[in-house]
Amino acid sequence: MLDTRRIRPDFPILAQQENGHRLVYLDNAATSQKPRKVIDAIVHYYSFHNANVHRGAYALAVAATDAYEAARTAVARYVNAWAREGVVFTRGTTESINLVAGSWGRANVRRGDSVVVTAMDHHSNIVPWQILCQEKGATVRMVEITEDGRIDLSDFGRALEAKPKIVAFPYVSNSLGTVNPAAQLSKLAHAAGAVTVVDGAQSSPHLRVDVQAIDCDFYALSGHKMLAPMGSGALIAKPALLEAMPPYHGGGEMIERVWDDHSTWNKIPHKFEGGTPNVEAAVGLGAAITYLEQLGLDKVAAHEQELARLAIERLSQIEGITIYGPRDHRAGVVPFTYGDIHPHDLATILDRDGVCIRAGHHCTQPLMRRLGVAATARASFYIYNDVDDIDALVTAVRKAGELFGVPA
Amino acid sequence: MSDLGELYQQVILDHNRNPRNFKQLESANRRAEGNNPLCGDRIQLYVQVEGGTISDIGFQMPQGSGCAISKASASLMTEAVKGKPAQDAETLFAAFRDMLAGGAIAPGKLAAFSGVRAFPSRIKCANLAWHALHAALQNSAAPVTTESAKDF
Repeated sequence: MLDTRRIRPDFPILAQQENGHRLVYLDNAATSQKPRKVIDAIVHYYSFHNANVHRGAYALAVAATDAYEAARTAVARYVNAWAREGVVFTRGTTESINLVAGSWGRANVRRGDSVVVTAMDHHSNIVPWQILCQEKGATVRMVEITEDGRIDLSDFGRALEAKPKIVAFPYVSNSLGTVNPAAQLSKLAHAAGAVTVVDGAQSSPHLRVDVQAIDCDFYALSGHKMLAPMGSGALIAKPALLEAMPPYHGGGEMIERVWDDHSTWNKIPHKFEGGTPNVEAAVGLGAAITYLEQLGLDKVAAHEQELARLAIERLSQIEGITIYGPRDHRAGVVPFTYGDIHPHDLATILDRDGVCIRAGHHCTQPLMRRLGVAATARASFYIYNDVDDIDALVTAVRKAGELFGVPA
Repeated sequence: MSDLGELYQQVILDHNRNPRNFKQLESANRRAEGNNPLCGDRIQLYVQVEGGTISDIGFQMPQGSGCAISKASASLMTEAVKGKPAQDAETLFAAFRDMLAGGAIAPGKLAAFSGVRAFPSRIKCANLAWHALHAALQNSAAPVTTESAKDF
Protein backbone atom coordinates (compact mmCIF):
# COMPACT_ATOMS: atom_id res chain seq x y z
CA MET A 1 0.00 0.00 0.00
CA LEU A 2 0.99 3.63 -0.40
CA ASP A 3 2.74 5.36 2.49
CA THR A 4 -0.15 7.61 3.53
CA ARG A 5 1.93 9.12 6.36
CA ARG A 6 3.96 10.82 3.63
CA ILE A 7 1.01 11.62 1.39
CA ARG A 8 -1.45 13.07 3.91
CA PRO A 9 0.67 16.15 4.82
CA ASP A 10 0.57 17.12 1.12
CA PHE A 11 -3.17 17.82 1.47
CA PRO A 12 -3.82 20.95 3.57
CA ILE A 13 -7.53 20.19 4.01
CA LEU A 14 -6.80 16.90 5.79
CA ALA A 15 -5.25 18.82 8.68
CA GLN A 16 -8.60 20.30 9.62
CA GLN A 17 -11.34 18.74 11.69
CA GLU A 18 -14.90 17.81 10.79
CA ASN A 19 -17.28 18.22 13.71
CA GLY A 20 -14.40 17.95 16.18
CA HIS A 21 -12.96 14.77 14.66
CA ARG A 22 -10.17 13.87 12.26
CA LEU A 23 -11.52 14.54 8.76
CA VAL A 24 -12.23 11.14 7.24
CA TYR A 25 -12.93 12.05 3.63
CA LEU A 26 -14.55 9.10 1.86
CA ASP A 27 -16.40 10.90 -0.94
CA ASN A 28 -13.63 10.74 -3.50
CA ALA A 29 -15.86 9.46 -6.27
CA ALA A 30 -17.63 12.84 -6.01
CA THR A 31 -14.47 14.92 -5.92
CA SER A 32 -10.94 14.51 -4.62
CA GLN A 33 -9.02 16.81 -2.32
CA LYS A 34 -6.13 18.83 -3.74
CA PRO A 35 -2.45 18.55 -2.85
CA ARG A 36 -0.33 21.59 -2.08
CA LYS A 37 1.55 21.11 -5.38
CA VAL A 38 -1.66 21.64 -7.38
CA ILE A 39 -2.73 24.63 -5.29
CA ASP A 40 0.78 26.09 -5.64
CA ALA A 41 0.79 25.54 -9.41
CA ILE A 42 -2.35 27.67 -9.74
CA VAL A 43 -0.95 30.40 -7.48
CA HIS A 44 2.33 30.28 -9.40
CA TYR A 45 0.53 30.60 -12.72
CA TYR A 46 -1.34 33.73 -11.63
CA SER A 47 1.71 35.13 -9.86
CA PHE A 48 4.11 34.78 -12.77
CA HIS A 49 2.56 33.71 -16.09
CA ASN A 50 -0.97 35.04 -16.46
CA ALA A 51 -1.92 36.36 -19.90
CA ASN A 52 -4.38 35.28 -22.55
CA VAL A 53 -3.18 32.26 -24.48
CA HIS A 54 -2.50 31.75 -28.20
CA ARG A 55 -2.67 35.41 -29.16
CA GLY A 56 -0.27 37.73 -27.36
CA ALA A 57 2.91 38.72 -29.18
CA TYR A 58 4.74 39.32 -25.92
CA ALA A 59 6.81 37.07 -23.69
CA LEU A 60 4.23 36.77 -20.92
CA ALA A 61 1.58 35.52 -23.33
CA VAL A 62 4.05 33.02 -24.71
CA ALA A 63 4.73 31.77 -21.17
CA ALA A 64 0.99 31.38 -20.51
CA THR A 65 0.54 29.51 -23.78
CA ASP A 66 3.49 27.27 -22.99
CA ALA A 67 2.03 26.45 -19.56
CA TYR A 68 -1.36 25.65 -21.10
CA GLU A 69 0.09 23.51 -23.89
CA ALA A 70 2.42 21.71 -21.48
CA ALA A 71 -0.68 20.61 -19.59
CA ARG A 72 -2.10 19.22 -22.85
CA THR A 73 1.07 17.22 -23.37
CA ALA A 74 0.75 15.88 -19.80
CA VAL A 75 -2.85 14.74 -20.39
CA ALA A 76 -1.85 13.09 -23.67
CA ARG A 77 0.95 11.19 -21.93
CA TYR A 78 -1.24 10.28 -18.95
CA VAL A 79 -3.85 8.40 -21.00
CA ASN A 80 -1.52 7.49 -23.92
CA ALA A 81 -3.54 9.63 -26.34
CA TRP A 82 -3.23 9.07 -30.09
CA ALA A 83 -1.75 12.56 -30.45
CA ARG A 84 -1.60 15.70 -28.35
CA GLU A 85 -3.88 17.36 -30.95
CA GLY A 86 -6.44 14.78 -29.89
CA VAL A 87 -6.70 16.32 -26.41
CA VAL A 88 -9.43 18.98 -26.16
CA PHE A 89 -9.66 20.83 -22.88
CA THR A 90 -13.18 20.99 -21.46
CA ARG A 91 -14.82 21.75 -18.13
CA GLY A 92 -14.96 18.05 -17.34
CA THR A 93 -16.49 14.75 -18.33
CA THR A 94 -19.99 16.18 -18.72
CA GLU A 95 -18.89 18.81 -21.19
CA SER A 96 -16.69 16.31 -23.02
CA ILE A 97 -19.62 13.96 -23.59
CA ASN A 98 -21.91 16.83 -24.57
CA LEU A 99 -19.27 17.89 -27.07
CA VAL A 100 -19.30 14.47 -28.72
CA ALA A 101 -23.12 14.36 -28.72
CA GLY A 102 -23.43 17.93 -29.97
CA SER A 103 -20.80 17.64 -32.69
CA TRP A 104 -20.20 14.05 -33.86
CA GLY A 105 -23.68 13.00 -32.82
CA ARG A 106 -25.57 15.81 -34.53
CA ALA A 107 -23.55 15.31 -37.72
CA ASN A 108 -23.93 11.53 -37.88
CA VAL A 109 -27.02 10.31 -36.03
CA ARG A 110 -30.19 10.17 -38.12
CA ARG A 111 -33.84 9.28 -37.66
CA GLY A 112 -34.24 5.62 -36.79
CA ASP A 113 -30.65 5.21 -35.55
CA SER A 114 -29.84 4.02 -32.06
CA VAL A 115 -27.35 5.04 -29.39
CA VAL A 116 -26.35 2.43 -26.81
CA VAL A 117 -25.73 3.29 -23.15
CA THR A 118 -25.66 1.03 -20.09
CA ALA A 119 -27.85 0.86 -17.02
CA MET A 120 -24.81 1.69 -14.87
CA ASP A 121 -24.02 4.93 -16.66
CA HIS A 122 -23.91 8.24 -14.83
CA HIS A 123 -26.61 10.71 -15.91
CA SER A 124 -23.88 12.63 -17.76
CA ASN A 125 -23.43 9.65 -20.11
CA ILE A 126 -27.19 9.18 -20.57
CA VAL A 127 -28.88 12.56 -20.77
CA PRO A 128 -26.75 14.06 -23.60
CA TRP A 129 -27.65 11.00 -25.72
CA GLN A 130 -31.34 11.33 -24.83
CA ILE A 131 -31.28 14.98 -25.92
CA LEU A 132 -29.51 14.04 -29.17
CA CYS A 133 -31.89 11.18 -29.93
CA GLN A 134 -34.98 13.27 -29.20
CA GLU A 135 -33.72 15.89 -31.63
CA LYS A 136 -32.95 13.32 -34.33
CA GLY A 137 -35.81 10.88 -33.90
CA ALA A 138 -33.30 8.24 -32.84
CA THR A 139 -33.51 5.81 -29.91
CA VAL A 140 -31.49 5.37 -26.73
CA ARG A 141 -30.99 1.66 -26.00
CA MET A 142 -29.99 0.95 -22.41
CA VAL A 143 -28.03 -2.27 -21.87
CA GLU A 144 -28.97 -4.19 -18.73
CA ILE A 145 -26.64 -5.17 -15.91
CA THR A 146 -26.21 -8.58 -14.30
CA GLU A 147 -27.24 -9.45 -10.74
CA ASP A 148 -23.71 -8.85 -9.49
CA GLY A 149 -23.38 -5.44 -11.12
CA ARG A 150 -21.61 -5.96 -14.42
CA ILE A 151 -22.63 -5.02 -17.94
CA ASP A 152 -24.77 -7.89 -19.26
CA LEU A 153 -22.73 -8.97 -22.27
CA SER A 154 -25.58 -10.90 -23.90
CA ASP A 155 -27.80 -7.86 -23.74
CA PHE A 156 -24.89 -5.76 -24.99
CA GLY A 157 -24.66 -8.14 -27.95
CA ARG A 158 -28.40 -7.83 -28.62
CA ALA A 159 -28.16 -4.04 -28.55
CA LEU A 160 -25.38 -4.18 -31.14
CA GLU A 161 -27.58 -6.12 -33.56
CA ALA A 162 -29.41 -2.86 -34.32
CA LYS A 163 -26.11 -1.44 -35.64
CA PRO A 164 -26.02 1.57 -33.31
CA LYS A 165 -24.16 4.70 -34.36
CA ILE A 166 -22.69 5.27 -30.90
CA VAL A 167 -21.91 2.96 -27.99
CA ALA A 168 -21.26 4.75 -24.68
CA PHE A 169 -20.22 3.13 -21.41
CA PRO A 170 -18.29 3.91 -18.22
CA TYR A 171 -14.82 2.44 -17.75
CA VAL A 172 -15.50 2.38 -13.99
CA SER A 173 -18.98 2.71 -12.47
CA ASN A 174 -19.31 5.52 -9.95
CA SER A 175 -22.18 3.77 -8.18
CA LEU A 176 -20.95 0.17 -8.13
CA GLY A 177 -17.20 0.41 -8.56
CA THR A 178 -17.32 -2.10 -11.42
CA VAL A 179 -14.28 -1.97 -13.70
CA ASN A 180 -15.70 -2.75 -17.13
CA PRO A 181 -13.77 -4.63 -19.84
CA ALA A 182 -13.40 -1.47 -21.92
CA ALA A 183 -11.23 -2.94 -24.67
CA GLN A 184 -13.57 -5.89 -25.17
CA LEU A 185 -16.67 -3.66 -25.26
CA SER A 186 -15.02 -1.29 -27.69
CA LYS A 187 -13.98 -4.14 -29.99
CA LEU A 188 -17.52 -5.54 -30.06
CA ALA A 189 -18.97 -2.10 -30.71
CA HIS A 190 -16.54 -1.44 -33.55
CA ALA A 191 -17.40 -4.76 -35.14
CA ALA A 192 -21.00 -3.54 -35.21
CA GLY A 193 -19.91 -0.30 -36.88
CA ALA A 194 -20.34 2.06 -33.90
CA VAL A 195 -18.03 4.69 -32.49
CA THR A 196 -17.33 4.25 -28.79
CA VAL A 197 -17.48 6.88 -26.07
CA VAL A 198 -15.89 5.96 -22.75
CA ASP A 199 -16.82 7.85 -19.59
CA GLY A 200 -13.46 7.98 -17.86
CA ALA A 201 -14.51 10.11 -14.89
CA GLN A 202 -13.94 7.28 -12.40
CA SER A 203 -11.11 5.46 -14.16
CA SER A 204 -8.75 8.36 -14.84
CA PRO A 205 -8.02 9.10 -11.16
CA HIS A 206 -7.51 5.50 -10.16
CA LEU A 207 -6.14 3.29 -12.94
CA ARG A 208 -3.42 3.34 -15.54
CA VAL A 209 -5.46 4.34 -18.59
CA ASP A 210 -4.31 3.56 -22.14
CA VAL A 211 -6.87 4.80 -24.65
CA GLN A 212 -4.96 3.24 -27.54
CA ALA A 213 -5.06 -0.16 -25.87
CA ILE A 214 -8.78 0.24 -25.15
CA ASP A 215 -9.12 1.43 -28.74
CA CYS A 216 -12.16 3.58 -28.00
CA ASP A 217 -12.91 6.61 -30.18
CA PHE A 218 -13.64 9.18 -27.48
CA TYR A 219 -12.55 9.22 -23.84
CA ALA A 220 -13.83 11.81 -21.36
CA LEU A 221 -12.22 12.76 -18.05
CA SER A 222 -12.67 15.23 -15.19
CA GLY A 223 -9.72 16.82 -13.44
CA HIS A 224 -11.43 17.50 -10.13
CA LYS A 225 -11.73 13.80 -9.28
CA MET A 226 -7.98 13.34 -9.82
CA LEU A 227 -6.47 16.04 -7.57
CA ALA A 228 -6.93 18.86 -10.10
CA PRO A 229 -9.19 21.93 -9.91
CA MET A 230 -12.91 21.87 -10.52
CA GLY A 231 -13.64 22.99 -14.06
CA SER A 232 -10.67 21.11 -15.51
CA GLY A 233 -11.15 18.20 -17.84
CA ALA A 234 -10.54 16.84 -21.30
CA LEU A 235 -11.95 14.99 -24.24
CA ILE A 236 -9.39 12.63 -25.74
CA ALA A 237 -10.24 11.52 -29.26
CA LYS A 238 -8.85 9.98 -32.40
CA PRO A 239 -7.56 12.99 -34.35
CA ALA A 240 -9.18 11.93 -37.65
CA LEU A 241 -12.59 11.97 -35.98
CA LEU A 242 -12.01 15.44 -34.55
CA GLU A 243 -10.83 16.68 -37.95
CA ALA A 244 -14.08 15.58 -39.57
CA MET A 245 -16.35 16.94 -36.83
CA PRO A 246 -18.11 20.32 -36.99
CA PRO A 247 -17.29 22.81 -34.22
CA TYR A 248 -19.14 22.71 -30.91
CA HIS A 249 -18.95 26.27 -29.61
CA GLY A 250 -18.45 29.19 -31.95
CA GLY A 251 -16.31 32.13 -30.88
CA GLY A 252 -12.78 33.38 -30.64
CA GLU A 253 -9.80 31.04 -30.84
CA MET A 254 -11.70 28.31 -32.70
CA ILE A 255 -11.65 30.12 -36.06
CA GLU A 256 -9.16 30.43 -38.88
CA ARG A 257 -10.81 33.27 -40.86
CA VAL A 258 -14.07 35.08 -40.17
CA TRP A 259 -15.86 36.54 -43.18
CA ASP A 260 -19.06 38.60 -43.06
CA ASP A 261 -21.29 35.62 -43.57
CA HIS A 262 -19.20 32.55 -42.80
CA SER A 263 -16.02 31.37 -41.15
CA THR A 264 -13.38 28.71 -41.47
CA TRP A 265 -12.09 26.72 -38.56
CA ASN A 266 -8.85 26.55 -36.67
CA LYS A 267 -6.85 23.30 -36.51
CA ILE A 268 -7.72 20.68 -33.92
CA PRO A 269 -7.84 20.78 -30.94
CA HIS A 270 -8.36 24.58 -31.03
CA LYS A 271 -11.43 24.17 -33.27
CA PHE A 272 -13.20 22.89 -30.14
CA GLU A 273 -11.83 25.43 -27.68
CA GLY A 274 -13.81 28.57 -28.46
CA GLY A 275 -13.37 31.41 -25.99
CA THR A 276 -10.65 32.05 -23.43
CA PRO A 277 -9.93 28.69 -21.83
CA ASN A 278 -9.60 27.91 -18.15
CA VAL A 279 -5.82 28.06 -18.18
CA GLU A 280 -5.41 27.78 -14.39
CA ALA A 281 -7.47 24.58 -14.46
CA ALA A 282 -5.30 23.10 -17.20
CA VAL A 283 -2.14 24.08 -15.33
CA GLY A 284 -3.54 22.53 -12.15
CA LEU A 285 -4.43 19.37 -14.06
CA GLY A 286 -0.88 19.16 -15.36
CA ALA A 287 0.47 19.42 -11.79
CA ALA A 288 -1.99 16.77 -10.59
CA ILE A 289 -0.85 14.40 -13.32
CA THR A 290 2.79 14.89 -12.32
CA TYR A 291 1.86 14.12 -8.70
CA LEU A 292 -0.03 10.93 -9.66
CA GLU A 293 2.71 9.78 -12.03
CA GLN A 294 5.28 10.16 -9.26
CA LEU A 295 3.18 7.92 -7.01
CA GLY A 296 2.66 5.44 -9.85
CA LEU A 297 -0.84 4.61 -11.08
CA ASP A 298 -0.42 0.89 -10.51
CA LYS A 299 0.34 1.58 -6.84
CA VAL A 300 -2.60 3.97 -6.63
CA ALA A 301 -4.95 1.30 -8.01
CA ALA A 302 -3.56 -1.40 -5.70
CA HIS A 303 -3.87 0.90 -2.66
CA GLU A 304 -7.53 1.69 -3.32
CA GLN A 305 -8.43 -1.88 -4.13
CA GLU A 306 -6.91 -3.01 -0.85
CA LEU A 307 -8.85 -0.35 1.08
CA ALA A 308 -12.07 -1.36 -0.68
CA ARG A 309 -11.42 -5.04 0.04
CA LEU A 310 -10.82 -4.28 3.70
CA ALA A 311 -13.87 -2.01 3.97
CA ILE A 312 -16.10 -4.65 2.37
CA GLU A 313 -14.70 -7.31 4.67
CA ARG A 314 -15.21 -5.21 7.81
CA LEU A 315 -18.64 -3.84 6.86
CA SER A 316 -19.87 -7.30 5.87
CA GLN A 317 -19.32 -8.45 9.45
CA ILE A 318 -22.12 -6.10 10.54
CA GLU A 319 -25.47 -7.83 10.30
CA GLY A 320 -27.93 -5.96 8.11
CA ILE A 321 -25.31 -4.47 5.79
CA THR A 322 -25.77 -5.06 2.06
CA ILE A 323 -22.84 -4.32 -0.25
CA TYR A 324 -23.57 -3.62 -3.93
CA GLY A 325 -21.37 -4.32 -6.92
CA PRO A 326 -19.24 -7.23 -8.11
CA ARG A 327 -16.89 -9.24 -5.90
CA ASP A 328 -13.88 -8.65 -8.11
CA HIS A 329 -12.95 -6.27 -10.94
CA ARG A 330 -13.87 -3.36 -8.78
CA ALA A 331 -12.26 -0.04 -7.94
CA GLY A 332 -12.17 1.78 -4.60
CA VAL A 333 -15.92 2.40 -4.43
CA VAL A 334 -18.01 0.67 -1.75
CA PRO A 335 -21.78 1.19 -2.02
CA PHE A 336 -23.90 -0.17 0.82
CA THR A 337 -27.17 0.00 2.69
CA TYR A 338 -27.73 -0.84 6.34
CA GLY A 339 -31.00 -2.45 7.40
CA ASP A 340 -33.83 0.02 6.95
CA ILE A 341 -31.71 3.04 7.88
CA HIS A 342 -32.05 5.55 5.09
CA PRO A 343 -28.65 6.44 3.58
CA HIS A 344 -29.21 10.14 4.34
CA ASP A 345 -29.60 9.36 8.00
CA LEU A 346 -26.45 7.24 7.83
CA ALA A 347 -24.54 10.08 6.20
CA THR A 348 -25.71 12.55 8.86
CA ILE A 349 -24.73 10.20 11.68
CA LEU A 350 -21.33 9.40 10.16
CA ASP A 351 -20.61 13.08 9.62
CA ARG A 352 -20.84 13.66 13.37
CA ASP A 353 -17.77 11.43 13.66
CA GLY A 354 -16.00 13.32 10.89
CA VAL A 355 -16.72 10.64 8.29
CA CYS A 356 -17.83 12.12 4.94
CA ILE A 357 -19.66 9.70 2.66
CA ARG A 358 -22.15 10.22 -0.14
CA ALA A 359 -25.79 9.20 0.23
CA GLY A 360 -28.30 9.27 -2.58
CA HIS A 361 -28.75 8.05 -6.13
CA HIS A 362 -25.24 9.11 -7.24
CA CYS A 363 -26.64 10.51 -10.51
CA THR A 364 -27.51 6.95 -11.56
CA GLN A 365 -31.29 6.75 -11.23
CA PRO A 366 -31.73 3.98 -13.86
CA LEU A 367 -29.24 1.86 -11.89
CA MET A 368 -30.98 2.55 -8.56
CA ARG A 369 -34.28 1.36 -10.07
CA ARG A 370 -32.61 -1.87 -11.11
CA LEU A 371 -31.05 -2.36 -7.69
CA GLY A 372 -34.50 -1.79 -6.21
CA VAL A 373 -33.32 0.96 -3.87
CA ALA A 374 -34.04 4.69 -3.76
CA ALA A 375 -30.55 5.46 -2.53
CA THR A 376 -27.34 3.92 -1.25
CA ALA A 377 -24.54 5.07 1.02
CA ARG A 378 -21.18 5.13 -0.73
CA ALA A 379 -17.66 5.22 0.64
CA SER A 380 -14.99 5.85 -1.98
CA PHE A 381 -11.25 5.90 -1.42
CA TYR A 382 -8.20 7.69 -2.69
CA ILE A 383 -4.49 7.91 -2.15
CA TYR A 384 -4.63 9.63 1.26
CA ASN A 385 -7.11 7.23 2.84
CA ASP A 386 -5.77 4.61 5.21
CA VAL A 387 -6.82 1.84 7.56
CA ASP A 388 -7.64 4.39 10.28
CA ASP A 389 -10.28 5.83 7.93
CA ILE A 390 -11.87 2.41 7.57
CA ASP A 391 -11.85 1.97 11.35
CA ALA A 392 -13.64 5.32 11.69
CA LEU A 393 -16.16 4.33 9.01
CA VAL A 394 -16.97 0.99 10.58
CA THR A 395 -17.20 2.42 14.10
CA ALA A 396 -19.57 5.18 12.96
CA VAL A 397 -21.74 2.73 11.01
CA ARG A 398 -22.06 0.56 14.14
CA LYS A 399 -23.09 3.66 16.10
CA ALA A 400 -25.81 4.38 13.56
CA GLY A 401 -27.08 0.84 14.04
CA GLU A 402 -27.26 1.34 17.80
CA LEU A 403 -29.06 4.67 17.46
CA PHE A 404 -31.65 3.27 15.07
CA GLY A 405 -31.95 -0.04 16.87
CA VAL A 406 -30.94 -2.17 13.90
CA PRO A 407 -30.58 -5.73 15.17
CA ALA A 408 -26.85 -6.36 15.64
CA MET B 1 -23.57 12.07 20.29
CA SER B 2 -25.71 14.62 22.15
CA ASP B 3 -26.70 16.64 19.08
CA LEU B 4 -27.44 13.42 17.22
CA GLY B 5 -29.69 12.52 20.13
CA GLU B 6 -31.39 15.89 19.69
CA LEU B 7 -31.91 15.20 15.99
CA TYR B 8 -33.06 11.61 16.29
CA GLN B 9 -35.29 11.97 19.34
CA GLN B 10 -37.18 8.90 20.44
CA VAL B 11 -40.47 10.24 19.08
CA ILE B 12 -38.86 10.71 15.65
CA LEU B 13 -37.35 7.23 15.63
CA ASP B 14 -40.71 5.82 16.67
CA HIS B 15 -42.66 7.60 13.93
CA ASN B 16 -39.99 6.60 11.41
CA ARG B 17 -40.40 2.96 12.33
CA ASN B 18 -44.19 3.07 12.75
CA PRO B 19 -45.50 5.95 10.69
CA ARG B 20 -49.09 6.96 11.51
CA ASN B 21 -51.70 7.54 8.80
CA PHE B 22 -49.38 5.73 6.41
CA LYS B 23 -52.06 4.93 3.87
CA GLN B 24 -53.48 5.85 0.53
CA LEU B 25 -56.80 7.65 0.95
CA GLU B 26 -59.07 6.66 -1.93
CA SER B 27 -61.67 9.23 -0.91
CA ALA B 28 -59.22 12.15 -0.73
CA ASN B 29 -60.47 15.29 -2.42
CA ARG B 30 -57.05 16.97 -2.20
CA ARG B 31 -53.76 15.39 -3.22
CA ALA B 32 -50.20 16.56 -3.57
CA GLU B 33 -46.85 15.12 -4.39
CA GLY B 34 -43.61 16.32 -2.82
CA ASN B 35 -40.11 15.71 -4.18
CA ASN B 36 -36.66 16.43 -2.93
CA PRO B 37 -34.70 15.83 -6.11
CA LEU B 38 -31.34 16.22 -4.39
CA CYS B 39 -31.77 13.29 -2.05
CA GLY B 40 -34.66 11.43 -3.64
CA ASP B 41 -37.25 11.88 -0.88
CA ARG B 42 -40.75 11.49 -2.32
CA ILE B 43 -44.13 11.79 -0.65
CA GLN B 44 -47.70 11.29 -1.84
CA LEU B 45 -50.16 13.13 0.37
CA TYR B 46 -53.91 12.51 0.49
CA VAL B 47 -56.23 14.93 2.28
CA GLN B 48 -59.97 14.77 2.81
CA VAL B 49 -61.34 18.26 3.47
CA GLU B 50 -64.97 18.58 4.57
CA GLY B 51 -66.48 21.94 5.44
CA GLY B 52 -63.06 23.50 5.79
CA THR B 53 -61.84 20.81 8.16
CA ILE B 54 -59.25 18.10 7.51
CA SER B 55 -61.43 15.09 8.25
CA ASP B 56 -58.85 12.53 7.16
CA ILE B 57 -55.27 12.52 5.91
CA GLY B 58 -52.81 9.90 4.76
CA PHE B 59 -49.40 9.71 3.14
CA GLN B 60 -47.20 7.27 1.33
CA MET B 61 -43.54 7.21 0.52
CA PRO B 62 -42.37 4.78 -2.14
CA GLN B 63 -40.17 2.05 -0.61
CA GLY B 64 -36.96 3.54 0.72
CA SER B 65 -37.64 7.04 -0.55
CA GLY B 66 -38.04 8.70 2.80
CA CYS B 67 -35.33 9.30 5.38
CA ALA B 68 -36.17 9.14 9.07
CA ILE B 69 -36.63 12.90 9.31
CA SER B 70 -38.95 13.25 6.32
CA LYS B 71 -41.01 10.20 7.22
CA ALA B 72 -41.38 11.07 10.92
CA SER B 73 -42.19 14.65 10.01
CA ALA B 74 -44.95 13.51 7.65
CA SER B 75 -46.31 11.13 10.27
CA LEU B 76 -46.34 13.69 13.07
CA MET B 77 -47.83 16.27 10.73
CA THR B 78 -50.77 14.03 9.90
CA GLU B 79 -51.42 13.54 13.62
CA ALA B 80 -51.15 17.26 14.28
CA VAL B 81 -53.61 18.38 11.59
CA LYS B 82 -56.16 15.57 11.49
CA GLY B 83 -59.56 16.87 12.60
CA LYS B 84 -58.38 20.48 12.52
CA PRO B 85 -59.62 23.33 10.33
CA ALA B 86 -57.43 23.78 7.25
CA GLN B 87 -56.68 27.28 8.49
CA ASP B 88 -55.15 25.88 11.68
CA ALA B 89 -53.00 23.52 9.64
CA GLU B 90 -51.56 26.48 7.74
CA THR B 91 -50.87 28.22 11.07
CA LEU B 92 -49.05 25.11 12.34
CA PHE B 93 -47.02 24.97 9.13
CA ALA B 94 -45.97 28.60 9.70
CA ALA B 95 -44.97 27.78 13.28
CA PHE B 96 -43.06 24.66 12.18
CA ARG B 97 -41.21 26.50 9.44
CA ASP B 98 -40.44 29.33 11.81
CA MET B 99 -38.97 26.90 14.32
CA LEU B 100 -36.69 25.33 11.70
CA ALA B 101 -35.58 28.81 10.64
CA GLY B 102 -34.43 29.44 14.22
CA GLY B 103 -37.64 30.82 15.72
CA ALA B 104 -39.80 29.71 18.63
CA ILE B 105 -40.37 26.03 19.38
CA ALA B 106 -43.47 24.70 17.62
CA PRO B 107 -46.34 23.36 19.74
CA GLY B 108 -46.85 19.79 20.89
CA LYS B 109 -44.90 16.88 19.48
CA LEU B 110 -43.70 19.05 16.59
CA ALA B 111 -41.15 20.41 19.07
CA ALA B 112 -39.24 17.16 18.54
CA PHE B 113 -37.91 18.63 15.30
CA SER B 114 -36.11 21.52 16.98
CA GLY B 115 -32.93 19.41 16.81
CA VAL B 116 -33.02 19.63 13.00
CA ARG B 117 -31.96 23.26 13.28
CA ALA B 118 -28.39 22.13 14.02
CA PHE B 119 -28.36 20.16 10.74
CA PRO B 120 -29.04 22.65 7.91
CA SER B 121 -28.72 19.92 5.27
CA ARG B 122 -31.73 18.15 6.79
CA ILE B 123 -34.20 21.06 7.09
CA LYS B 124 -35.63 20.30 3.65
CA CYS B 125 -36.35 16.75 4.79
CA ALA B 126 -38.40 18.03 7.73
CA ASN B 127 -40.31 20.57 5.64
CA LEU B 128 -41.17 18.35 2.69
CA ALA B 129 -44.49 16.94 3.97
CA TRP B 130 -45.65 20.37 5.13
CA HIS B 131 -45.03 21.89 1.73
CA ALA B 132 -47.02 19.06 0.19
CA LEU B 133 -49.86 19.73 2.65
CA HIS B 134 -49.80 23.42 1.80
CA ALA B 135 -50.02 22.58 -1.91
CA ALA B 136 -52.87 20.13 -1.30
CA LEU B 137 -54.85 22.68 0.68
CA GLN B 138 -54.26 25.27 -2.04
CA ASN B 139 -55.50 22.65 -4.49
CA SER B 140 -52.33 23.08 -6.46
CA ALA B 141 -51.93 20.33 -9.02
CA ALA B 142 -48.21 20.85 -9.64
CA PRO B 143 -45.89 18.62 -7.58
CA VAL B 144 -43.93 20.61 -5.02
CA THR B 145 -40.21 20.29 -5.06
CA THR B 146 -37.68 21.39 -2.49
CA GLU B 147 -35.85 23.09 -5.32
CA SER B 148 -38.68 25.43 -6.27
CA ALA B 149 -39.93 26.63 -2.90
CA LYS B 150 -37.66 29.45 -1.85
CA ASP B 151 -38.24 29.02 1.85
CA PHE B 152 -37.74 25.29 2.11
